[in-house]
Amino acid sequence: MKLLVKGGRVVDPASGRDQIGDVYVSEGRLVESFKDKPEKTIDAKGLVVAPGLIDLSARLREPGYEYKATLESEMDAAVAGGVTSLACPPDTDPALDEPGLVDMLRRRAKALARARVYPIGALTVKLAGERLTEMAELAEAGCVAFSQANAPLADTNVLWRAMQYAATFGFPVWLRVEDGSLARGGVAHDGEVATRLGLPGIPAFAETLALGSLLQLVRATGSRVHVCRLSSAVAVEMVRAAKDEGLPVSCDVGIHHVHLSEMDLGYYDSNCRLEPPLRSQRDRASLAAGLADGTIDCAVSDHTPVDEDQKQKPFAEAEPGATGLELLLPLALKWGAQANLPLAKTLARVTSDAARILGVQSGRIATGAPADLVLFDPDELWRVGPGALKSQGKNTPFLGYELAGRVRATIVAGKVVYERR
Amino acid sequence: MSKLPDAEGLLPKLAAELRGCITPATAMIGLHTGGAWVAERLHPLLGMKDPLGFMDIAFYRDDYAKAGLKHDPKRTRIPFEVEGKDLLLVDDVLYTGRTVRAAMNELFDYGRPRSIALVVLADRGGRQLPIGAQYCGARVEVPEGMRLRLKRAADGKLALEYERAA
Amino acid sequence: MPPSSPHNPQLNANGELQHLLSIEGLPPEILTQILDTAESFAGVTEREVKKVPLLRGKSVFNLFFEASTRTRTTFEIAAKRLSADVINLNVAVSSQSKGESLLDTVANLSAMHADVFIVRHSSSGAPHLIARHVKPHEHVINAGDGRHAHPTQGLLDLYTIRHYKKNFTQLRVAIVGDVLHSRVARSLIHGLTTLGVPEVRVIAPQTLLPAGVESLGVRVFHDMRAGLKDCDVVVMLRLQNERMNGALLPSAQEFFKHYGLTADKLALARPEAIVMHPGPMNRGVEIDSSVADGAHSVILPQVTFGIAVRMAVMSIVAGN
Repeated sequence: MKLLVKGGRVVDPASGRDQIGDVYVSEGRLVESFKDKPEKTIDAKGLVVAPGLIDLSARLREPGYEYKATLESEMDAAVAGGVTSLACPPDTDPALDEPGLVDMLRRRAKALARARVYPIGALTVKLAGERLTEMAELAEAGCVAFSQANAPLADTNVLWRAMQYAATFGFPVWLRVEDGSLARGGVAHDGEVATRLGLPGIPAFAETLALGSLLQLVRATGSRVHVCRLSSAVAVEMVRAAKDEGLPVSCDVGIHHVHLSEMDLGYYDSNCRLEPPLRSQRDRASLAAGLADGTIDCAVSDHTPVDEDQKQKPFAEAEPGATGLELLLPLALKWGAQANLPLAKTLARVTSDAARILGVQSGRIATGAPADLVLFDPDELWRVGPGALKSQGKNTPFLGYELAGRVRATIVAGKVVYERR
Repeated sequence: MSKLPDAEGLLPKLAAELRGCITPATAMIGLHTGGAWVAERLHPLLGMKDPLGFMDIAFYRDDYAKAGLKHDPKRTRIPFEVEGKDLLLVDDVLYTGRTVRAAMNELFDYGRPRSIALVVLADRGGRQLPIGAQYCGARVEVPEGMRLRLKRAADGKLALEYERAA
Repeated sequence: MPPSSPHNPQLNANGELQHLLSIEGLPPEILTQILDTAESFAGVTEREVKKVPLLRGKSVFNLFFEASTRTRTTFEIAAKRLSADVINLNVAVSSQSKGESLLDTVANLSAMHADVFIVRHSSSGAPHLIARHVKPHEHVINAGDGRHAHPTQGLLDLYTIRHYKKNFTQLRVAIVGDVLHSRVARSLIHGLTTLGVPEVRVIAPQTLLPAGVESLGVRVFHDMRAGLKDCDVVVMLRLQNERMNGALLPSAQEFFKHYGLTADKLALARPEAIVMHPGPMNRGVEIDSSVADGAHSVILPQVTFGIAVRMAVMSIVAGN
């Protein structure tokens, strides 16, 4: 199968290249060029041609939560959002703590032939924070890293041993940092807004305290750690210092946290009930700046489809999370524009930088790389609403917003998996 | 527009009419806001035993469902026993009769008066209920689209005025 | 970019009170209107027939997801004095335990032709959620939600203060105790600052103050004696039993010693200071009996005023 993407603005975040040109695809990979006539030609005039997005956190809700979303609906959402690779956290039901489950998930995803799915295995059995999973077995079944998702790991001894064990095999550990006892019962940033709304708070130091411990354990174990969903300014500083020190740490931020703060809770908008909570405007500004200067390696959608019933509840009782696969691109573009970044650098945070953490070859436009591409119009405006989203989750704080940047076509392994005229 | 009668001139006329019927059982209640002004002027002229009472009928209006609660209702203060009294109910302008209906309902929540007579400064017609004034300062024709309002100046002088109906 | 910023969900298009969800965000004119109206109703409650026909034919649903006989009763009395039909639903033990969702419960009651919902819920913001989903002719009155707001209590506190002190703009008010968990404190603070009270103080140990409480416009005192100095109004908050011994406080005794209101501490306030408490009181924990029953206490009048204030709120809201 030979495919020619013609006359687009080709942006390669890995090299920073940004020029009008053609992209040649053969046998699922990018090639220099070919002489014979392509089987398909896509006219990309006026569109950006970039590597498909790589989202390090997207919940597909299978197995266990099919009433919230199905693999089909969410894989449709992924490619409609230009996401060609995604890592899914282990907080399914049952949790991804057995090779059989991982294998089944991968097989189901493969059969759908849309985005590439990289399962993250559970670090502990049932995510209960007590017993280690069979990480080597899970890795063999396809897990690329190990994580607790949002489940707390209160026992520091177990965390230490888990990191040691993972380090033995060279498996990366992806962890959210939040002190379980400080966060207990909290639903919002412990600040002015929570005080005004009377919501139980989670102080920012719940994050930094846990991050401090984690960094000490990284020093002790040499384990490669990816810190998930930073939410506070101080945590950004701590990661910056850890990187300067040469610790093997990377980190990401949820794209919502780059744009929103506690102020957006308004009158108890349960779509703003997120984990970690939206924090102060200062925190938000630090996250946006940290993402720009590379302290934060990448931005993720933290896609969490939640059914309507679970959101139509008083704020504290509502299920946390927001749909995000289809918003990652426009929200990344919005951030890049606000930070005055060149497009290549903006896209790097959702492509090449994420590829580096995931340890995959995609995320760049270079000869030999997998032909995972997204074609989008960076200026096309669209209004976020239930009808515009393919995801079964319609829960987003951006409901009703008009965003710029809309996907026209998505290509995975040289095949067009999504196209919109 | 016909010339309006002088409210200040009507007051002594009304007082003279009322004076003949005052007994020890007579008491006076003015309806907020205009009726209270009129009553405040009449009451001292009549030498009644009981102090003047005031009523705001906001809680008894029949248009609550449509118009809601009127802003800042005044407090009803009736500083005497209503039971067995001959009451003079004072209002400024008599129109549909609905205010008087509401006032009578409220009065009966205070007790059972022996009689109630209605005193108004002006009667502009247009009744929607079988209610009439026993003592009336003047009859006034009000042009279409206008209403009749009593105004009180800073020096306490009362005057009838036309006002465009809302 | 964002859709039109959410307007105050309590007000209708004409800026009138459609629901009462919180004192925060209400203009001083509306607060004053409620207090003035309540004053008129206070006259009604003093007479022989304590009833007016205003809400005749209207149905008021007491929807208490969190049990409270006391508050429910005051709303019930107020509604009955307005001639409304009152339906009491102790939802805490019925539909919710059968797994029915909050909005389903409300939709069901709405089908029974409700005009006013009086809502108490343990979760902050629940009345907001209900208000977003009721029909245009239905009104929601918050009777206490989580730690967020208890606006009718706040209003009756304002009424009490105005009754005894006349003018808000010269006052120094101290609120003492568990501000962290107190919806009463939040509502009262917003009311006081809206009506121009120049100095509102909160007095509590750090463990009983929410983060950034100063942002509400209050001065923080940890030393009760310093905090009470020259105050015109002292509002004591209730300390829940379950919070007396634990991570927030070591014991009720130690709390009383440092933050309980006694006659000698009260002597530091203005000589004509009034003492308030939203009830129910813990004698010997927040307040000494001699103070609770003393000359400065206006705790019982508060309860009486509460009826008139709730009549005012119901009649204003249901008419808009």
